[in-house]
Amino acid sequence: MILVLIEHEAGMPDRLSSEALTMGRRLAEATGSPLHAMAWGDGAAAGAGPLRGAGVAVLHTIEDPRLTDYAPEAIGKGLAQLIERERPLAVIGGGSDRAVELMAHVGARTGLPLAANSTDVRPGEPWQVTRQRWGGSLLEEARLDGPIRLLTVAAHAVEPAAMTLAGAASPAEVRPFAPDLTDGDLRVRITSRVPAEAGKISLADARVVVGGGRGVGSAEGFAELDELAALLGGTVGVSRVVTSAGWRPHAQQVGQTGTRIAPDLYIACGISGAIQHMVGARSAKAILAINTDRDAPMVTRATYAVIGDLHTVLPAIISAVREAR
Amino acid sequence: MNILVCVKRVPATAGKITLTADEQAIDTRYLGFTVSPHEECAVEEAVRIVEAQGGTSTVLTLGPEEATDQLREAMAVGIDRAMLLQTDGGEWDAVATAGAIVDAIRAREAVDGPYDLVLLGNEAADTGDYQVGVRVAVALDRPAVTGAKGLEVRDDAVVARREAASGGWEVYEIPRPAVVTVKEGINLPRYPSVPGRLRARKKEIERVTLDPAAASPARIRLRVPVEKESAVEILGEGPEAAPRVVEVFRRLGLIA
Repeated sequence: MILVLIEHEAGMPDRLSSEALTMGRRLAEATGSPLHAMAWGDGAAAGAGPLRGAGVAVLHTIEDPRLTDYAPEAIGKGLAQLIERERPLAVIGGGSDRAVELMAHVGARTGLPLAANSTDVRPGEPWQVTRQRWGGSLLEEARLDGPIRLLTVAAHAVEPAAMTLAGAASPAEVRPFAPDLTDGDLRVRITSRVPAEAGKISLADARVVVGGGRGVGSAEGFAELDELAALLGGTVGVSRVVTSAGWRPHAQQVGQTGTRIAPDLYIACGISGAIQHMVGARSAKAILAINTDRDAPMVTRATYAVIGDLHTVLPAIISAVREAR
Repeated sequence: MNILVCVKRVPATAGKITLTADEQAIDTRYLGFTVSPHEECAVEEAVRIVEAQGGTSTVLTLGPEEATDQLREAMAVGIDRAMLLQTDGGEWDAVATAGAIVDAIRAREAVDGPYDLVLLGNEAADTGDYQVGVRVAVALDRPAVTGAKGLEVRDDAVVARREAASGGWEVYEIPRPAVVTVKEGINLPRYPSVPGRLRARKKEIERVTLDPAAASPARIRLRVPVEKESAVEILGEGPEAAPRVVEVFRRLGLIA
């Protein structure tokens, strides 16, 4: 059996879980074994229909009245118990922070190795994975040892297959699983929440990101970037140099230790393009680099480039956009 | 307050990564070394907590003799003590790394009493395993929060907050002692001062020699991903390029 960890909204698997399911289905076909899923939380069983469409035969739901909200230690312990009972060939989690955290708990409880951020898995003697290092700047081919192979799929490394609606007619079999938990296992749980600021464009979801790097030169130098971002309905993102200098808050940092962006256009101003920055901008559909250095990595990897000082180029672009309206 | 912070020596890559001929490692002949940005922030957080509440901070690393550079960097910004779990330079997998850290913690705690807080980075910059902190916590039966971007240590509890996938924050209040992995952005690390560096150079480093047989890396080989060929279209030089930029905005549907 191949077992996939599902995160869901009222049963419907989210995007990253669909990526894990897609890898799980391929692996189930390659090993000639059934595909199972496991999920926790309100409405988990409602996933039986859509999951059948993704090839899932059985959905295991982790059931405990105390699991009213995310509690990684308790859920991880429950998942580990389910896995030790079912003994699947492999367990696959998605690329979310939570899925990786839960799989780490499963690894810790079972003593099994975990290959995080995998892009490919090949059953055999031994099983092998390809996984991301350095945020994806480097790939590692590795053995995946253990009687049960644990892995997570790197976010957006696998194109999720469409779920066929035919499955809704014959939903996956739901098997509730009551883990053996103590109150102490619930010591790590969400105790409160702070809502997101309303009306703010999220960097991860922005359609246009105007990026600033060392070349901006100062905190004040960002006025033109802010203005262009506002004109285009986008938001500002920055390189690590900028946050380390205190010019902008870390929440605006794009890169390996910041936010991964996926805009239609990334306008990178005065950013050289270090690999740690580029992994955060990899999903941009197009890049416009504005840079004085024609040979900067950002320029050579861009779709479009303007060679010049951003402080003279940006005002010209801003007034040209205003005129064009 | 007794705080342990774990860091890892990694090459300071910036441009294109070059591998050794046997594809087993990054060619570091022309590179400096550093720790992950997450870990720099973990070190800063430990220093701040001890500055505010008193106590002792200790930095630990698992790595070769040269990793004492990274321990001294941490001491230069205010960490009190350092511990090197010394390897022969080979890579250690996450299970073995967590095991060695747990052994070291147990040995130290038997002498000095428990660490109220063990801090790590959310993931190492190089291997990106995302699991050593959780493995350490589970082995020690301590609560763990990962990916914290806010931290408050109270007398009886640790309050950590992390970004929610849908925006906003999740807050976790957990009992002490605890394990917390942090992300860059939790603070803005300070730069070491010259007196700080001088002090750090004189400090002693406790050493534990590890058995290389425990390392068990799963690596077969490394490879640099093939980059998408991009033929950059130069729109022009200086402000004169603005009309062509506007054309691009139009083509992409960003302006009417």
